[in-house]
Amino acid sequence: MALKIVKGSIDRMFDKNLQDLVRGIRNHKEDEAKYISTCIDEIKQELKQDNIAVKANAVCKLTYLQMLGYDVSWAAFNIVEVMSSSKFTYKRIGYLAASQCFHESTDVIMLTTNQIRKDLSSPNQYDTGVALTGLSCFVTPDLARDLANDIMTLMSHTKPYIRKKAVLIMYKVFLKYPESLRPAFPRLKEKLEDPDPGVQSAAVNVICELARRNPKNYLSLAPLFFKLMTSSTNNWVLIKIIKLFGALTPLEPRLGKKLIEPLTNLIHSTSAMSLLYECVNTVIAVLISLSSGMPNHSASIQLCVQKLRILIEDSDQNLKYLGLLAMSKILKTHPKSVQSHKDLILQCLDDKDESIRLRALDLLYGMVSKKNLMEIVKKLMLHVDKAEGTTYRDELLTKIIDICSQSNYQYITNFEWYISILVELTRLEGTRHGHLIASQMLDVAIRVKAIRVFAVAQMATLLDNAHMLTGNTQRNGICEVLYAAAWICGEFSEHLENPMETLEAMLRPKVATLPGHIQAVYVQNAAKLFATVLKSQEGNTDSTTAQEASQLMIDRLPLFVQSANLEVQERASCILQLVKYIQKLQQKDVEVSEEVCALFAGELNPVAPKAQKKVPIPDGLDLDAWINEPPSESESEDEQPKAIFSKEEPKHSRPRHTEVDEKELARRREARKQEQANNPFYIKASPSSQKVYQETPGVEHIPVVQIDLSVPLKVPGLPMSDQYVKLEEERRQKERAEKKKKDKKKRKEKRSGRGKKHDSGPESEEDITPAHMVDIVTEEMPENALPSDDDERDPADPHKALDIDLDKPLADSEKLPVRSHRAAEVLKSPAEDEEGENVSSLEPKKKSSKEKREKKKDKDKDRKKSKEEKKKKKHKHEEKEEADLLCGQADEPAFQSEETNEVVTPPTSTSADVSDLDFWLSNAPVPSNTQEAATVAAAEAAPAPGAISVTTPDSEPEEPKDTEMEETKSSKHKKKKQKREKEDKEKKKKKKHHHHHHHHGDKGGEESVQNGTVEEEEPLPPMSNYCLLAENSYIKVMMEDADEAYDIQGNLQDGSQVVVSVIFENKCDSFLKSMEFNVLDSLNSKLQRPEGSGPHDSLTIPFQLPPGVSNEARFVFTVQSIIMPQKLKGTLTFIVKNEESSTHEKLDFKLHFTCTSYLITTPCYSDAFAKLLESGDLKSSSIRLEGVNMPFHHLLARICFHHHFSVVERIDSCASMYSRSIQGHHVCLLVKISSQTVSVDAKCDEPTLLGNVLDEIKQTFSQC
Amino acid sequence: MIKAILIFNNHGKPRLSKFYEHFNEDIEQQIIRETFHLVSKRDENVCNFLEGGMLIGGSDYKLIYRHYATLYFVFCVDSSESELGILDLIQVFVETLDKCFENVCELDLIFHVDKVHHILAEMVMGGMVLETNMNEIITQVDLQNKMEKSEFFPFFSLFTDVYLSVYQAGQVDTGRYCRSTCSCRISCKEHEPPGNAQKHQHRRHKHKSAKFTFLQVATARS
Repeated sequence: MALKIVKGSIDRMFDKNLQDLVRGIRNHKEDEAKYISTCIDEIKQELKQDNIAVKANAVCKLTYLQMLGYDVSWAAFNIVEVMSSSKFTYKRIGYLAASQCFHESTDVIMLTTNQIRKDLSSPNQYDTGVALTGLSCFVTPDLARDLANDIMTLMSHTKPYIRKKAVLIMYKVFLKYPESLRPAFPRLKEKLEDPDPGVQSAAVNVICELARRNPKNYLSLAPLFFKLMTSSTNNWVLIKIIKLFGALTPLEPRLGKKLIEPLTNLIHSTSAMSLLYECVNTVIAVLISLSSGMPNHSASIQLCVQKLRILIEDSDQNLKYLGLLAMSKILKTHPKSVQSHKDLILQCLDDKDESIRLRALDLLYGMVSKKNLMEIVKKLMLHVDKAEGTTYRDELLTKIIDICSQSNYQYITNFEWYISILVELTRLEGTRHGHLIASQMLDVAIRVKAIRVFAVAQMATLLDNAHMLTGNTQRNGICEVLYAAAWICGEFSEHLENPMETLEAMLRPKVATLPGHIQAVYVQNAAKLFATVLKSQEGNTDSTTAQEASQLMIDRLPLFVQSANLEVQERASCILQLVKYIQKLQQKDVEVSEEVCALFAGELNPVAPKAQKKVPIPDGLDLDAWINEPPSESESEDEQPKAIFSKEEPKHSRPRHTEVDEKELARRREARKQEQANNPFYIKASPSSQKVYQETPGVEHIPVVQIDLSVPLKVPGLPMSDQYVKLEEERRQKERAEKKKKDKKKRKEKRSGRGKKHDSGPESEEDITPAHMVDIVTEEMPENALPSDDDERDPADPHKALDIDLDKPLADSEKLPVRSHRAAEVLKSPAEDEEGENVSSLEPKKKSSKEKREKKKDKDKDRKKSKEEKKKKKHKHEEKEEADLLCGQADEPAFQSEETNEVVTPPTSTSADVSDLDFWLSNAPVPSNTQEAATVAAAEAAPAPGAISVTTPDSEPEEPKDTEMEETKSSKHKKKKQKREKEDKEKKKKKKHHHHHHHHGDKGGEESVQNGTVEEEEPLPPMSNYCLLAENSYIKVMMEDADEAYDIQGNLQDGSQVVVSVIFENKCDSFLKSMEFNVLDSLNSKLQRPEGSGPHDSLTIPFQLPPGVSNEARFVFTVQSIIMPQKLKGTLTFIVKNEESSTHEKLDFKLHFTCTSYLITTPCYSDAFAKLLESGDLKSSSIRLEGVNMPFHHLLARICFHHHFSVVERIDSCASMYSRSIQGHHVCLLVKISSQTVSVDAKCDEPTLLGNVLDEIKQTFSQC
Repeated sequence: MIKAILIFNNHGKPRLSKFYEHFNEDIEQQIIRETFHLVSKRDENVCNFLEGGMLIGGSDYKLIYRHYATLYFVFCVDSSESELGILDLIQVFVETLDKCFENVCELDLIFHVDKVHHILAEMVMGGMVLETNMNEIITQVDLQNKMEKSEFFPFFSLFTDVYLSVYQAGQVDTGRYCRSTCSCRISCKEHEPPGNAQKHQHRRHKHKSAKFTFLQVATARS
């Protein structure tokens, strides 16, 4: 046997290993492919052998070949074989190969399920680790569903190495199997506070990843993350959390307010650039989310901008890049603070690094103003000329267009300039953005009526020089511009100087080489031009020009009739026949121009891109219903493409200036000039504007300047945009000077008729008026358009499935499928899976009871949530009313426990966690806050001295003389009181034990009450945790200790805190005020007093009590040791005041802290519970209760309610319960009942505490 | 999320490719080529971030890379990762490689891709950063390697030393070689033909001779 093994390894030695393969490939550089194919043949042979070592070696080589691009999916089965080797070495090779080449459609993956499960539960942590790593790369929905439960168990593995991997892989599982998110989430949340930093970081990672896609579901985690942020020192974790907050703040501006301060501190303190950068980023996000409501964060903005400037000025290109990136985020909301750094950003435009230039370009978008647009674009145009790479140049081009066209051409003051920029851009070689330029030309020409004359002239020149654009086949993209040019010339042909020339240019044979759709436009617009020519010749006795035009059309159009493009062909043949007919008519001297023009009549208006979508569907219209019988549909489609060529205006409505005789024209011009000179509000157009143009018809008027013929790509005859920059400058200067004069003269006169279209620009820009009285036609929308409904998410996004409300309680069907046999599960849903599993593993009886209990639990949770929510709402409400009403909240559990017995509150939509968040956002952490508020309130409500006089306690009822505020408050409390009295009566009727001794409860207690209920038909008797402290003729004091564990981890040095709620009820008819509460501290327990007061000073109760009113105050005690019950002596002093007199009164009481009051209801999973019991650290003890004649569920409910336990599991007449002390002691109970005898077996890590708790339980039941 | 991690040399030869999202082999090669094309034309002292990978990602994704001597380390990440954080991570990765291979050079990556993968698996898992503490990573990698070795000792306990020398031949030799030649972190004159060939020959020889010894011993014992 040994020999065989050794022989096997010797065989192996003769095989090529990975190193040999690599070496071989490197030695066969010339015929690599051939060599590799022989290697693959060898590998195939090796894979056929039985020896796993040989196989593993082969698989290892395949992994390498996969990297080189060879498909190795044929070996998938062998990979699975290697994966299932028992040796770690081979297993690792197998998993590596699988992670490199398996994917969802690899069919052998389904064979791996059991192997992976085996590896996951392997005692060797590295087997598990390797399996998790591999799985993270090839997890499929099936694997995720089958293994989710196993992975979830691993999240609580003892080894942090496994825990962190398991936590991380959960994200992949969620993606593939979204149903697992809700069941796994609580545990994932727990891992945020894992002792191991690696696990913690993994959990943060996963939650951040989840929250990034669906932030609103994770808002409730904000307090936890906030705590982590302020406590963590791991920069990786901090960065993630800070990034997460960046995603959350847009949803909750209040969170932003809370964040600003700690983030600012971090910015100041951290030395890590990465952290600093992320902080700045998140502060920016916060500022963006606050920008509407909070104007006073300029300090933070300044800080950010200042830090970013430092980054940008840094010599490290990376920081420069990131600085610019972050700057662009600020730009959106606070453009002004960025604009002051214009110099820096323009400087970055010259950077040698393309990434940085691109970022700087992004920033430019927000920096332009009317003032500097031309200057900036000029600079960009220079860059366009210099840029080498087409990508960067294309980027520049789109940016120029973006910048100019942003917010409806807001910053363009001179459209002639813009048109010439566009024309200059057409010279770009090889750009992909011809269509972009074209659409801009069309848009401007259509929407800015005043510019049409100029645009048409430019376009005519473009058409005339079309060969420049089309000369090179590589520059195909740019010929799109001709589409726009042809259309503009045709549509606005009435502005053309020389339509005949343009017509000729459009019908050149060369045009036939253009793409079909452009040719089609050419043909159609040639017809429009033709119509214009006819029109212009109307009334002219010499009809040669018209006939020439017809002849030209007839000569040239046949070329297009032969076109392969259907569209071109059809239009051409149509128009050709039309022209032939017209020619006939012309020969007979018939006036046709009017009819021809009518073909293209009609005004054109731009339509908003979404207009079609937004047309509301009229009532009673069913778009899906057939109007006629099905097969008649195609007619309407024909109209669509023609929409582009909408009709021209009827010509006669706009008589051409050439028709007016010259003298008349000159006279009018003079008159107009005179008028303009006298009109202070008239803005002089630049010399090259249309006026000049109108005076001298012909090509000469186009300023022919700076034609550099040595540069072949410049289109001759086109004005350079630079010229406009100068002209504009002059114009502005003139204007300024003029205005100054006028301002002096007519300072008082109102400015009006400025023709300023956009008043949103900054103040300084108001001085700049547009050169043209432009009318930017807004895009048309249908009447009563529907509100916008964009931003639909990509339906293919896998994260969409993870948009799950995590605050809802788990439903039964949502449990993760537990291990089961594959055969049974093919058609079943996960829920059924579980059931099937349950049947096989548990007794049916057990199962049903368990399920029932779970259902109950869910319902109860719902109820509890709605309750809590109410409570919180009420709480908040009260808080708003007045600070000293803060205490009003805690007296409610008593009523509510009753309420729930009477009414089954339906679950409401908003969750308790959200309101928890509200609470967190509106408050500091609870205990400290209570105190602060109390002290503040105490200061406010300080009693006025000198009101002492003789009192008669039983004097006649008297109306409170307080302010209105007090009245409302008191009335509220009266109601409460009534309710309370009613409750008290009920209680007395039913059971008396409530008043006998201490019963304690807290918020969690209610949950436990419900936990215990099983049979709904037997309602629980109402229970209260308030007990009478002391009573006299004036006042009744009741107390409940709502213990809030300040530090659940149980830090003895800080001491643990217990909050005691005390209700004060005024029983007399006088006014009670200046109440002071004092307790004699013991060594162990101390009343927390506001800072600065001595150890024996009493606390002022922050409210006064009108007759018959009760109110509640809360006091915080610090407790050192919690294993023994405590008794504290205390005194309450107060002043009884009525109209005539006031007296000092005093009431002594004893506060009793039972051991159960130190327990907090803590839910516990049954597996964790089992582990806890197995651990053996716990001491056990037991008691026996005789003669208990109450239903078992009532018994459990009592234990839960009075002693703060929660039920872990209940099976028939047996239940396990769990609770934890504020110092972290575990207390476990096993309660059994058999014919009136209850046995309680208990385990706890602190025997004294346990003994006391058991005694107290015993006492509770002895009173029944 | 990290979408892919690529290592290739100055000539675009892939030395490691790890995709956390499935692409078929052809696309993977195209991505590597495209990335190489984008990265290689950049100057040495420009920023380490790059947008515009067409095949991989899209607008949300960025390429973050570092260039060490002959190798490019490229991470393709989305916006949930901190750019500077990833740069640090690359540094940690390279330093870890340096520790694990004792003065790592390109040849180590060429001949021991699998080991590099195993190291990477301790740092990044399924596209998410798993561990950033170098000592922790090295500890885990070492423990696993030890385990791997221990799996063979029961059979080869008699000639442990020989086995070990064979087993580690690549690493140890490489280390020595590099230490004597250069001081740069990732340092290798991989593609300069004469030196390279020489070194290659040298390594080959080492490997072969080691194997030979091993075989001799093995046959002698049996």
